[in-house]
Amino acid sequence: MFDPAQAHDTGVAITTSAPGMITLRGALEDTAFKAAVEEVSGLTVPEPREIVQSGEHRLAWMGPDEALLILPRDALCDTLAALETALKGHHALVADMSDARRLFHLTGPDAALRDTLARLCPVDMRAFQLGEIRRTRLAQIAAAFWMGEEGRLNLICFRSVAQYAEDLLSDAAGKGVVLH
Amino acid sequence: MLILTCPCCGVSGEETEFHGGGEAHLTREGPGADDAALEGYLFHRENPRGVHFERWRHVYGCGKWFHAARDTATLEVFGVYPAQTTSPPEDLLAVIREKRPGWTWRGLS
Amino acid sequence: MSTRLTKGGRRIDRSQPVTFRFNGRTLRGYRGDTLASALLANDQMMMGRSFKYHRPRGVVASGAEEPNALMGIGQGGRFEPNQRATQQEVFEGLEAESQNHWPSLAFDVGEVNAALSRFLPAGFYYKTFLWPRAFWKHVYEPVIRQSAGLGKAPKDRDADTYEHYYHFTDVLVIGGGLAGLAAARAAASGGARVTLLEQSAHWGGRAPTDDDATDQVEALVADLSKMDHVTMRLRCMGAGVYDHGYVLGYERLTDHLADKTGPRHRLWRIRAAQIITATGAIERPLSFAGNDVPGVTLASAVRDYLADYCVSVGDRTVVVTNNDDAYLTALALDRAGLSVPAIIDARQEGGGDLAEAARARGIRVLTGHAVAKVTGRTRVTGVKLARQTGEGAVIEDIACDAVAMSGGWSPVVHLWSHCGGKLNWDDAEAMFRPDATRPPTGADGEGFVTCAGAADGVFAPGEILQAGAAAGLRAAGATGHPGQMPDLAGPSERPLRRANPLEPVWLMPASATRALRAKTWLDYQNDVKVTDVQLAAQEGFESVEHAKRYTTLGMATDQGKLSNINGLAILSGALDTPIPQVGTTTFRPPFTPISMGAIAGEARAETFQPLRRSPLHDWHAAHGADFEPVGAWRRPYAYVRPGEDRHSATAREITQTRAALGLLDASTLGKIIVKGPDAGRFMDMLYTNMMSTLKPGRCRYGLMCSENGFLMDDGVVARWDEETFLCHTTTGGADRIHAHMEEWLQTEWWDWKVWTVNATEQYAQIAVVGPKARIVLEKLGAEGVEGEAFPFMSFQNHRLAGIDSRVYRISFSGELSYEIAVPAGQGLALWQALLDAGAEFGVMPYGTEALHVMRAEKGFIMIGDETDGTIIPQDLGLDWAISKKKDDYIGKRAQQREDMARSDRWKLVGLKTLDGSVLPEGAYAVAPGHNANGQRNVQGRVTSTYHSPTLERGIAMGLVLNGPNRMGETVEFDTLEGGTVPARIVDPVVFDKAGEKQNV
Repeated sequence: MFDPAQAHDTGVAITTSAPGMITLRGALEDTAFKAAVEEVSGLTVPEPREIVQSGEHRLAWMGPDEALLILPRDALCDTLAALETALKGHHALVADMSDARRLFHLTGPDAALRDTLARLCPVDMRAFQLGEIRRTRLAQIAAAFWMGEEGRLNLICFRSVAQYAEDLLSDAAGKGVVLH
Repeated sequence: MLILTCPCCGVSGEETEFHGGGEAHLTREGPGADDAALEGYLFHRENPRGVHFERWRHVYGCGKWFHAARDTATLEVFGVYPAQTTSPPEDLLAVIREKRPGWTWRGLS
Repeated sequence: MSTRLTKGGRRIDRSQPVTFRFNGRTLRGYRGDTLASALLANDQMMMGRSFKYHRPRGVVASGAEEPNALMGIGQGGRFEPNQRATQQEVFEGLEAESQNHWPSLAFDVGEVNAALSRFLPAGFYYKTFLWPRAFWKHVYEPVIRQSAGLGKAPKDRDADTYEHYYHFTDVLVIGGGLAGLAAARAAASGGARVTLLEQSAHWGGRAPTDDDATDQVEALVADLSKMDHVTMRLRCMGAGVYDHGYVLGYERLTDHLADKTGPRHRLWRIRAAQIITATGAIERPLSFAGNDVPGVTLASAVRDYLADYCVSVGDRTVVVTNNDDAYLTALALDRAGLSVPAIIDARQEGGGDLAEAARARGIRVLTGHAVAKVTGRTRVTGVKLARQTGEGAVIEDIACDAVAMSGGWSPVVHLWSHCGGKLNWDDAEAMFRPDATRPPTGADGEGFVTCAGAADGVFAPGEILQAGAAAGLRAAGATGHPGQMPDLAGPSERPLRRANPLEPVWLMPASATRALRAKTWLDYQNDVKVTDVQLAAQEGFESVEHAKRYTTLGMATDQGKLSNINGLAILSGALDTPIPQVGTTTFRPPFTPISMGAIAGEARAETFQPLRRSPLHDWHAAHGADFEPVGAWRRPYAYVRPGEDRHSATAREITQTRAALGLLDASTLGKIIVKGPDAGRFMDMLYTNMMSTLKPGRCRYGLMCSENGFLMDDGVVARWDEETFLCHTTTGGADRIHAHMEEWLQTEWWDWKVWTVNATEQYAQIAVVGPKARIVLEKLGAEGVEGEAFPFMSFQNHRLAGIDSRVYRISFSGELSYEIAVPAGQGLALWQALLDAGAEFGVMPYGTEALHVMRAEKGFIMIGDETDGTIIPQDLGLDWAISKKKDDYIGKRAQQREDMARSDRWKLVGLKTLDGSVLPEGAYAVAPGHNANGQRNVQGRVTSTYHSPTLERGIAMGLVLNGPNRMGETVEFDTLEGGTVPARIVDPVVFDKAGEKQNV
């Protein structure tokens, strides 16, 4: 349990946001599928384990046939409709998953951010690259995270376990930096 | 604790990211199969000390199933390959023959 | 007496005195002291009592191998038993207490065991407490429990926090002595990521004391500290080496500090491509009578206490040895002005240059001699001298208050061995050393552990440096980072190093009498003597693993670090089998015990495990919900109002729902989208029913079986459109069923065009249940929901209270019922709107127990109640949900097995007690006669049982032999009280059989 009395001032702040999130299932290497997604999202379909960004829109590679489009809430309805239209006739599944996940933002010194997740995820955080998305285990739950820029780490998990994730992240962030 | 490399996303992850799915390359026996075939499909499994072919799922990662060829005694991983096949690829078999002369597994050797 | 000398002490800072308490006494030490050194400085030689015989015991070692000086450290929420005083650093306010004594360390009642020791041989407990059988539970076990266990378990909640840390490195070096430092330095030279762990608070291992190598150690540490790609941790033990280069490091962050802020321990979860174990060696005790009397200490430990803490173990120290190293101790003591009455060397030839030096300083050196016996009880008073060859006839009494012994060195091969590294017996040096040709192998089949330095049986400092550096270079090269040999200045040449070889001495004197052997300790911590091991061999426990368990040799918290080789040699002698053939017991991690807190890491209190919360969780919690776990979810069992209990709350909820209106949070139900041109075909394989014929807009209840034919999940399927189905699963089933779908799609029917998405978390789903359900829907804005305009088992999209909703007209209660799905974020708004709109009808939220009772009244099955993984749909009378038209579905072939068609399978029926009582959960229906085990025969069991407030009596369902053919028959069910209760076999549907309440 996170105990503020035990926390060091590590400069890590944790916030959440509630953007639109659309899960896309389809063969990501299929040119027609790609073209339709790129047309609607304005983003290039990412390479494996990559997340691409343009303005407020991000497109993440979640698997060989799964992508996650993150976009402002107010663009959600139109984009869902546009995707349905663009993908008509393609074998694809578009699902609004905006409320299914919680998005956390951790901001602060790079080493502190990396060490926060190094306490919870079996991932080499010192080798983790900007623009990379990693789906993995956060303690006992599934999560995915990426760093679009230095000093800002983003993480998604399922909504029902968001409290658990928040407790974990607050606790881990408060324990300071192990390796400078 | 094993490290496996998922061929679907390229992540080399520790075993806790994966879920073991037992023996690979079982042939499904449905209606019309005789009792012996059904029994083999449902219950009979290889239990080798040595070369084994297994199914794994990258459950905390990309969610994909894949195959792994592994030595159950030394835990050496000879290779991983896609789930969408009914037998191990020939180049992997060549690697295993080189490393474990005389090995057998079901009909393979 | 043991005392602090006036000057010196490498590790202590005399400008920083520290006050601490031991058994309630306030004592003083210095910063840098270990608890053991500080106690010795206060002449507290006796530090505990032994486990079995409660013999007085003093400290025997100076590091991780210490078997005797185990302490309870700290108080209250920070109390921890069995901490080694030799590793615990003192700090201001430290509280320590010794163990295994009552009422006090000096006077202990349990010591009577020692007097009875001849009646408590190996295997005593196994032999003695077998009969009479009835005595075990009420006499033997309670008594043994009183005396069992080492130390006291903490009683309070742990006040500290702990953490895990995942760390990845090219080369991991375990052990920060000369070999480890050299290895790390060489490995880092080519840019490899290097991590160096040292369990103690100091770099250098034995080198500063034994090899005068302080300068070299400091230079290496300084070099390494400057390198960004090198991670160095003190007080961090390499606890275990596991498959594929996985290593646990155990870092003690605050155990040595008065300020306990921050995590107490950090568990490093390390992945290393290459590992170098530079874990040093442990000196072995010698086996002579009375070798456990406080004051008998390892020769190396005597040197350590003197050099590191400037503490003398005794004023007059007899040195006894079978090798040259112990002479260093004698020389150090003599140089410090302490008396060494004699060096007793078991070797006929005696020692080399060091022996000459000792003689030159006037120390009496006796070769070919032995200690026959140590005298003294709580403190050494002297030794009796004998010839090593012989039975121990006493030649002379030598007065002394300490004995420094050395039986040679055992390389610490534990970490090498954890993951399968093999050992060779080195006859000349009398030790097991790593066999470099048979290392532990990793994922690529290549070795990933290298041993270096004393852990590899290399003891000369110059060689250690070179061997360590070579190991480091090799390891770094294997990770793709070839480096260059660093310039390692060797320790200044020691002037005296012509050594005579060690001579194995497993018993002293060689033919010691039984009386002597029975006082000769092998394992201090578990009180195992030479005679115990010999008895085990005599009784046929010839395997080293059996002998270990029979005698408990090596089974205590120290895992035989001092005792294993000596015990093995005694066993080898008793069996007349060479040591390598006898073999070693298995080395298992951790190297020394690690804390439970470190293992748990963040998994405690609120984050012990993830709890899944529905979108309405907070509302439930604020409105009296009494939660119950359903899988990882927490669902309201009932909303208990003041003055109610769970039972009466449930009755109120049911009554009101059936009379007017109830609301259920059904958000936890699984919701999986299945889409594609082949979705219908896939659904037909997943479910036993025909799903491909379902019309868009309609719903159908379906069953899913495993390939074994057994029922695994159920739920309502809705066809959203031609290509898209929404599969509702049970609350606990969502992830499992989604994985099941993906498995079949990815691994069997990979050419089928189907996508799935587990959308469970996207929706809040609220069941609006009861006669007033439709009116409430209309109040919220639904139009065209009358009668056949919105038929049972269909769904429609509506805008309710301004929220886009998908409304399923389905029922699990027998009432008019709608399940409304909205995005999770809108769930609370809809819930509130429904409460407001339903207020005029007395709307009540109801919990899972009401849900269960209402479904049972309608005879609906519940996965997990009526099913247990061995039940097929046919057992539950669900034949109607199994398509006869389909060629195939998952589980179909298995359901055709002979056993599945057996006429005597237990089948589902309703059960009605004759007296209206509630049947006990899980009760068995008894049948005449007894089975082969003398148990009553049974013919069925209760699967669901409740009090029905609607019928005002107990209702139940159960599986009964031939049940459906026995309607009206009465069977007896056993009760917890031992009697039976009669119940009639009835139709499972006991409420509104015609469905009139639902079809309105």
